[in-house]
Amino acid sequence: MTTILQPDDAIIPGVSEPAKSRATRRVRGLSDRTIAWLFVAPTIALLLVINIFPLAWMIRLSFTSLNLSMSYLPLRFVGLDNFTDILTDEDVWFRLQTTAQFVIWSVALQVVVGFGLALLINRQFRGHSFWTTIILLPMMLSPAVVGNFWTLLLQPQIGPFNYLISLFTGVPPSSFSMTGQVSLAPWTIVLVDTWMWAPYVMLICLAGLRSIPDYIYEAAEVDRASAWRQFWSITLPMTVPFLMLAVLFRAIENFKMFDMVNLLTSGGPGSTTELVSITLKRAAFEKWRTGYSSALAIILFVTVFGAANVYVKALNKVKQR
Amino acid sequence: MRTFNWLRSSAATTVLGTALLGIFGGGEAAAQGKQLTLCWAAWDPANALVELGKDFTKQSGIEMKYEFVPWTSYADRFLNELNSHGKLCDLIIGDSQWIGGAAENKWYVKLNDFFDKEKISMDDFVPATVVGYSQWPKNSPNYWALPAMADAVGWTYRKDWFSRPEIQSAFKAKYGRDLAPPKTYDELKQIAEFFQGREIDGKKVYGAYIFTERGSEGITMGVTNVLYNYGFGYDNPKRPYQMQGVVNSPEAAKGLEFYKELYKCCTAPGMTNAYMQEGLDAFKSGQVAMQMNWFAFFPGLYKDPNVGGDRIGFFVNPAGPNGHFTQLGGQGISVVATSDRKDDALAYIKWFAQPAVQQKWWQLGGYSALKAVVDAPDFPKSAAFAPQFLESMGIVKDFWAEPSYAQLLLDMQKRVHDYVVADKGTAQQALDLLVKDWTKVFKEQGKQVASQ
Repeated sequence: MTTILQPDDAIIPGVSEPAKSRATRRVRGLSDRTIAWLFVAPTIALLLVINIFPLAWMIRLSFTSLNLSMSYLPLRFVGLDNFTDILTDEDVWFRLQTTAQFVIWSVALQVVVGFGLALLINRQFRGHSFWTTIILLPMMLSPAVVGNFWTLLLQPQIGPFNYLISLFTGVPPSSFSMTGQVSLAPWTIVLVDTWMWAPYVMLICLAGLRSIPDYIYEAAEVDRASAWRQFWSITLPMTVPFLMLAVLFRAIENFKMFDMVNLLTSGGPGSTTELVSITLKRAAFEKWRTGYSSALAIILFVTVFGAANVYVKALNKVKQR
Repeated sequence: MRTFNWLRSSAATTVLGTALLGIFGGGEAAAQGKQLTLCWAAWDPANALVELGKDFTKQSGIEMKYEFVPWTSYADRFLNELNSHGKLCDLIIGDSQWIGGAAENKWYVKLNDFFDKEKISMDDFVPATVVGYSQWPKNSPNYWALPAMADAVGWTYRKDWFSRPEIQSAFKAKYGRDLAPPKTYDELKQIAEFFQGREIDGKKVYGAYIFTERGSEGITMGVTNVLYNYGFGYDNPKRPYQMQGVVNSPEAAKGLEFYKELYKCCTAPGMTNAYMQEGLDAFKSGQVAMQMNWFAFFPGLYKDPNVGGDRIGFFVNPAGPNGHFTQLGGQGISVVATSDRKDDALAYIKWFAQPAVQQKWWQLGGYSALKAVVDAPDFPKSAAFAPQFLESMGIVKDFWAEPSYAQLLLDMQKRVHDYVVADKGTAQQALDLLVKDWTKVFKEQGKQVASQ
């Protein structure tokens, strides 16, 4: 006889002794639902304290005039003034443009380089593991370390980078500054970011490449498909979802890029490489404009969240095909 | 049984751990009453202060603990600490520009009563340091700090290069005058142009090192040394916060153009984001003939085995066509209002204000602001840079010290760096935009800003 035990069942006739004792324990103790809640509660509490409460607090602050360097001033409710200020500020739009250009170029380059590296590493050759480790090293470094040592590498007088360029082009090494020239600085941050994160894209692509069953290639070879044809008809289409995932991760990360760029250029020369995250940090923790920076953070959050959602929907459509 | 054993051992460990925590934690708590934490920037004078502080510990039995933060994050770190009413620092040597915010936000303890009680008179200190580091509102008898570290922007030069006959004759042939430390910015630029790209001892050298840093305060602390002397002011002395025509006067714009010319013609490549440390590196490595930097670093430079001693000379910030000023640096020492050890912290300030301690402070490499030290007859001979320091302290001007100083500073950093380093717009446009930025900040602060 099968009996479905209900938490509130007090007496269950015809049930075996161990089952009866279990049921009694449940009745006397806690219900399954309660136990489930008990397990989940700490995580929910943590989420509320660490994520939800600060978010709600930030939304509240974004409607105020709070400036922490002048906390003696009365706190005023300013409605949508902070949002209007931001959205009508030419400088903020420039910073958003700078950020968009950085995201587009760096992610595009990382996908090309990362995918290329994945194709190379996917082949079996001598020293395969060694080269994989070497390629993965940059992404294991802290962005602070990367920012600092690239600053040295790019130093026009003593940095080897300029000497290397000089070797190939004949341009005197100290005649140009990668981080100090308006025309070069935006490309420099793209270059360094690509150097650091292309291996990450490579890893994701490698997972995609390894997931393609060998029999598909074997069938293609039976059909005498060329390597080029195999790439276009099998490799690329089957790794597209992985590439799209890499693009999503890298785009979100680069949209909030701060540390490496801050160390390399401090947003300079002038404001040439000032990404919106640097503007936000300056507004929040240097100018102490808490109300204004909360509004800016919300705008950025909504932008990234919205863009990511649209992208995820597109990704799902690709997967369904 | 195993479970029981595990439980038993865990309980024992917990009890033992708690007991140990009690012993050591309690011990620390007991010692805490006799310990003070002093917060400052990590630089040469901080090491001198550690040395000096040993005397205080010897006399008072109070241990000194130090929190020194690199200059690049000094303001961020400690303003954050003060803003959040943290208890890390009992004493803080805060930057001169913080005084307005610290006083208005009640981050510092007001020291008037303490000074009266201990008979510490602000008349005994160099006037510029009292106004710059202690008073808020400025020029009012409200004291929030004791002048601790007098400082200003000065210049170092390669005395050994300047004195070489072949260099002297080449300079005279080109400019028709003797090569000597410059008295005006025009002279400085000529000398910088003369040295730029010149080969000395088989090495290419550059004319001058000036501040260009973007992130914190660098380029502002550099450019103001030229701007003041060309006619730049912060506001109309008769109408506070009236900046139009003062900040962006045609003379000020010429000063800004001059700074850019100096940057373009005569600095080493790659100095697009450089402040104190980069200047020290450039000078110590024999790369530049002249270096703008804070006096605080000069004792260390004078001791440098490669460029110090007879090889280094010092001069006061040169004059411009409309005045002779230099940028004030330095800090005052304050008691943090949230400290639990205010009495001990005040005892430290009382000890630090003594003439004998101030004299030793100067000897160790700090810069005293006490008149008894700097006005002593033998002071100018006490260090190679002492006369220039004295003269500089008589012509100092400081940046805004308003509670909103950080906003004002970052606005100036942006506008000046955009023009000087990033070639964006004209000098006049940069200063016009600066007036616009500053007007907005002051209006947010509730100040009346007159346009004319």
